[in-house]
Amino acid sequence: MSVPESLFFFLDPNRCIGCESCVQACSECDTHKGHSMIHLERVNRYESPQTIPVVCMHCDSPTCAEVCPADAIKRTEDGVVQTARKPRCIACSNCVLACPFGVPKMNTDYELMMKCDMCYDRTSEGKRPMCATVCPSQALFFGTHAEIQALRPRSRSLNTFQFGRQTIHTKVQMMVPREAPVMHIDVAAAWHDPQGEDEQDDPMLSAALFELPVLSN
Amino acid sequence: MAHLPVSEIQLADHFGPHLAYARGVRLECGVEPDKLVKTHCCFCGQQCGIQLKVKGNEVIGFEPWEEFPFNRGMLCPKGVKRYLQDSHPDRLTTALMRDPREPGGFRRTPYTDAIQATADAIAKLQSEHGSSAFAMLSGASLTTEKTYLMGKFARVCLKTPYIDYNGRLCMVSAGAANKKAFGIDRAANPWSDIIGTEVVWISGANVAECAPITTNYVWQAREQGAKIIVVDPRITPLARTCDLFLPVKPGRDIALFNGVLHLMIQNDWIDHKFIETHTVGFEAVAESVQSWTPAKTAEVTGIAERSIRQAAEWWGQASTSFLMHARGIEHHSHGVQNVLGAINIVLASGRIGRPQCGYATITGQANGQGGREHGQKCDQLPGMRDLSNPEHRAHIARIWDVSPDDLPGPGVDAYEIFRKIDQGEIRGLLSICFNPVVSLPDNDFIARMLDKLDFYVAIDFFLNDSAQHADIVLPGSLQEEDEGTVTQIEGRVIRINQAVDPPGDARQDWRIIQDIAAALKRPHGFTFTEPREIFDELRRASQGGIADYSGITYEKIEQQFGVFWPCPSEDHPGTLRLFEKGSDNPIARGNGPFYFPDGKARFNQADYTPPKEDVDAEFPIILTTGRVVSQFLSGTQTRRIGPLVDQYPEPRLEIHPQLAARLQIADGDWTTITSRRGEITLLALVVKSIRPDTVFIPYHWAGPLSVNRITIAAQDPISKIPEYKVCAVRLTKAAAPPDGRFERTASGLASNGKGGRSA
Ligand code: SF4
Ligand code: SF4
Ligand code: SF4
Repeated sequence: MSVPESLFFFLDPNRCIGCESCVQACSECDTHKGHSMIHLERVNRYESPQTIPVVCMHCDSPTCAEVCPADAIKRTEDGVVQTARKPRCIACSNCVLACPFGVPKMNTDYELMMKCDMCYDRTSEGKRPMCATVCPSQALFFGTHAEIQALRPRSRSLNTFQFGRQTIHTKVQMMVPREAPVMHIDVAAAWHDPQGEDEQDDPMLSAALFELPVLSN
Repeated sequence: MAHLPVSEIQLADHFGPHLAYARGVRLECGVEPDKLVKTHCCFCGQQCGIQLKVKGNEVIGFEPWEEFPFNRGMLCPKGVKRYLQDSHPDRLTTALMRDPREPGGFRRTPYTDAIQATADAIAKLQSEHGSSAFAMLSGASLTTEKTYLMGKFARVCLKTPYIDYNGRLCMVSAGAANKKAFGIDRAANPWSDIIGTEVVWISGANVAECAPITTNYVWQAREQGAKIIVVDPRITPLARTCDLFLPVKPGRDIALFNGVLHLMIQNDWIDHKFIETHTVGFEAVAESVQSWTPAKTAEVTGIAERSIRQAAEWWGQASTSFLMHARGIEHHSHGVQNVLGAINIVLASGRIGRPQCGYATITGQANGQGGREHGQKCDQLPGMRDLSNPEHRAHIARIWDVSPDDLPGPGVDAYEIFRKIDQGEIRGLLSICFNPVVSLPDNDFIARMLDKLDFYVAIDFFLNDSAQHADIVLPGSLQEEDEGTVTQIEGRVIRINQAVDPPGDARQDWRIIQDIAAALKRPHGFTFTEPREIFDELRRASQGGIADYSGITYEKIEQQFGVFWPCPSEDHPGTLRLFEKGSDNPIARGNGPFYFPDGKARFNQADYTPPKEDVDAEFPIILTTGRVVSQFLSGTQTRRIGPLVDQYPEPRLEIHPQLAARLQIADGDWTTITSRRGEITLLALVVKSIRPDTVFIPYHWAGPLSVNRITIAAQDPISKIPEYKVCAVRLTKAAAPPDGRFERTASGLASNGKGGRSA
């Protein structure tokens, strides 16, 4: 059994409402019962309720697998990068450090790297992954390109990412605004952006939105 | 009776809340369930379709139900983890009698003894003090069959006028306003009408956390070009990506609606033909909004004038639209007025009763809609009939086989029941599906009143915070242990299917009620053998009423994925959308689509008045309350589900950095919030997503964490809804953490990500 070729995972963080339904549902999957493999990032709660779901991007040439000294991480032919194989994984955490998306997690109880396997028990039988099925905002969507194009005419999907000089192609697709140009952001430089968060002038995020004085007396 | 039988700590040791996590077979991989039961979530009013995995007599997990058209497999975290409430260690499996000598404060009692003791106590109390000395509090998470039976039990068996329900805290402002404007109280449109509209207007509804599935409808509308307008004092997760955010000052929604109507009239963005043909009362309302200039509206609402103009322009010029609101505009001492203001801008636009032209209140509880239709409300009889209307009384009396003269008159609202306990008029109480000690405002008063009762019997599956005050507790049923129907957010009647049997001595609630009737030797009308029989009687009782269920059958519900009421005959498919052109109804009889004799909708003047308790020098800050996505209502169920508690363990005070700086409160500081009713101390969460003059606290917790200890018991004069959304408080940084709370709270709580105490 394998994941049908026509089916893809689409991520649209713009839609995410931070409800953690994905996190709660991921731990109900048969291949990793009791363990949630999805990360929900709160970007900066002080500024905004923005959250971003992070699943494994299922890279065409997975960096995690490339750095694994024990050759424990396999990408099946349908493009799904699997959790490390228990007999091989030596719990060195190389993959955890190397993944550009920060996906693999070391489960120290099992001495095993575990990660999102796109709910292989479900997707290899033609079902949708748990998280994308339950997600109330459909920030996580599983289906065909034709379906998502029909549903989301204002967006298009991207699956090429640039990290420094490394270009990565992934099976998982990121939804971006249809018209906007693709930007490459130097993440390392942005880390040290001297412009503090408080200087944000985005009206959605700033106190200027609330025009009344704090207290009237 | 006086006070809790034993200390809170002893009660908690025995009855919880303890946290359930997946263990045993629930954690095993590759387990084949015995059966998958198609049913619905037990929590919010959206009633997501879900399949429960059952093995033995235990719900061991869930499988999405992707065919159910409302949610197509989508679930929020509460739906995902709801299965953990089943086989819970805190589950009541026997009847309990209050006994302070027992370590947990209650003695396990044989079921039949407890029923007899209950009946004896009711009979004694009623013979000494009259029938109306005994009251009932019921709830809108029960199936419609049960809510029907509760109303009938109060009027026919107990012969008391005093029954009311927890929908009083939830949907009544919308219901009352809908009846005034449309003559009927139901979402006017199916949710599919949201998709394809040009403007979605959301007022006072934290859709992402309280009606999460609706998010996908809103985003899908936006994908197809809709502009999303959100009105809220907080930037909720959905407001974050809306097109226009109007940060209204709590309690000022009518002013905004009046200001928008003012601009619609001024710019001639109104549908004259619709107003003339299908409505009455426009001129007076037009007159009343004349003074609501953008400048005045901005001043009162605290919203920038340009934003008000922008909203009016988008709303006014749209050719299709959908307006939704929820408790944010309804939980006010002028909640009905707020809703009428919202309805006025819908009626003036003429955009209702057509595809993609919609209006709805977002129902909160599982059966918030069905629970307000069939007679557990203090003034109501089944089918949305009126307890003071002689014809209505005669119809129901016939079905119930009693004399109309024997039916008591209208009672009082849930809060007034407690005032009548205070006055000594009400001395006995039966409660089910209601946890007033957590959910009613100024709840120290409520706890004292429960203690003042001569006799209090509670039916519940967990010993909730109110039932801890009871003399007798009868073990009821979880949603998955019974069958019946509920009516969800869109007015769609759906089927709840039984997955497991109640454990031990626990019984289905309708059986318990009938057992009490039998023990009282008043069994007439309480001898149903299954929910279907109750439903069939309810169908007849509702026939010809506004909420007409007479054509709905369990089979039809299953064939059609639910039936939208009204459904007046078995060959009728149900009414997907209300007020369609040419549609008929039993009130208008062909005169028009609205539920009045002339078939026309009513404009109602909505006058602005400030909240009952406005800020002043002593209490200078507005407190508003609401929900978080991982908890539900008073938390009786969700505070017992481990993964949901971990997601948001305790309430936090949301406060804007400007206000926090002025008061020298940092993120993660213990902060005491004081109102005229009392004080509570919580950790501060400093965030820019709230108005600087307002703080927010979610309400799902009990005891020292209960925000309803400090909220105000002001009520709307028409709907009697309490004003949860505004009262006045002051804040001070607490010198020390409250006793014993530091270890418990400092871990696991996400901070704002900006330093301070972190997780
Ligand atoms: S379920 Fe969807 S909306 Fe909720 S947190 Fe996950 S990705 Fe975001
Ligand atoms: S695809 Fe499956 S394994 Fe991956 S994050 Fe979603 S639920 Fe978890
Ligand atoms: S609580 Fe509401 S949104 Fe969440 S799963 Fe249940 S019915 Fe659906």
